[in-house]
Amino acid sequence: MMRSLSALLAGALFAVGLILGGMTQPGKVIGFLDVTGRWDPSLAFVMGGALLIYAVLSRLFLRRPAPLFELKFHLPSRRDIDRRLVLGASLFGIGWGLGGYCPGPGLVSLTAGLLPVVFVTTMVLGMYAEREIDKRLRT
Amino acid sequence: MENFTPLSSLLGGALIGLSASILLLFNGRVAGISGILGGALSPAPGDTLWRLMFLLGLVSVGAAGVLIRPEAFSVGPTRSVLTIALAGFLVGYGTRLGNGCTSGHGVCGVSRLSPRSLIATATFMATGALTVFVVQHVLRGAE
Repeated sequence: MMRSLSALLAGALFAVGLILGGMTQPGKVIGFLDVTGRWDPSLAFVMGGALLIYAVLSRLFLRRPAPLFELKFHLPSRRDIDRRLVLGASLFGIGWGLGGYCPGPGLVSLTAGLLPVVFVTTMVLGMYAEREIDKRLRT
Repeated sequence: MENFTPLSSLLGGALIGLSASILLLFNGRVAGISGILGGALSPAPGDTLWRLMFLLGLVSVGAAGVLIRPEAFSVGPTRSVLTIALAGFLVGYGTRLGNGCTSGHGVCGVSRLSPRSLIATATFMATGALTVFVVQHVLRGAE
């Protein structure tokens, strides 16, 4: 119950941050990535603000032996750089530059029109496709 | 730089950082949107409800935002439905293959100075900028 409530609160706050930060305007995102054109550095401030707060608070919270509503912290532990990581990030960047949406803003914009609905639908399809192809490659 | 919004963007970013901190303190989880969504698509017992609740918070506040401030959701440079469909597929496929997106790698991972996240963030920023360069300046903003 408490785990659900805190996750709901975190999701709600995340959405407010994305909207206020301008991330739900694909034109603004494309303006940030358009470094040789009319560059809009706003998104660097979104990342900067998020990094500043999270870098301080996460270090503070990770001193605890465990989170409040879970038995342990679930943190990624891998440190190796492999082809999947670089290829995946490359493809994500191409999609981000093409549409101006990354996963969070796409979901937050879901009810804003046809384009975000199309984006979220094909994003979910892409996630399923990756999972299925990965399964086949492993067997 | 007529659209430059440093203050609201900094404040928005701070709220994102606060949200990620809450998820860490209470749930012990990394606030990576693609990871949360991807995990919800492959349900595991005891590991699905918090994901759905996080996504519910994200989408419902978004829906309220669309009603209150529709201008905050303006699409901007016109992209065809086909381009957006391709963009979505690449974002979904790429974030699962590379284990993260702007939030998981770009904010949470970079904060922890994770080598994987630093490489991933530099990579998607570079291919994103290159894609925008090709679309806006080589193809002159064609669809």
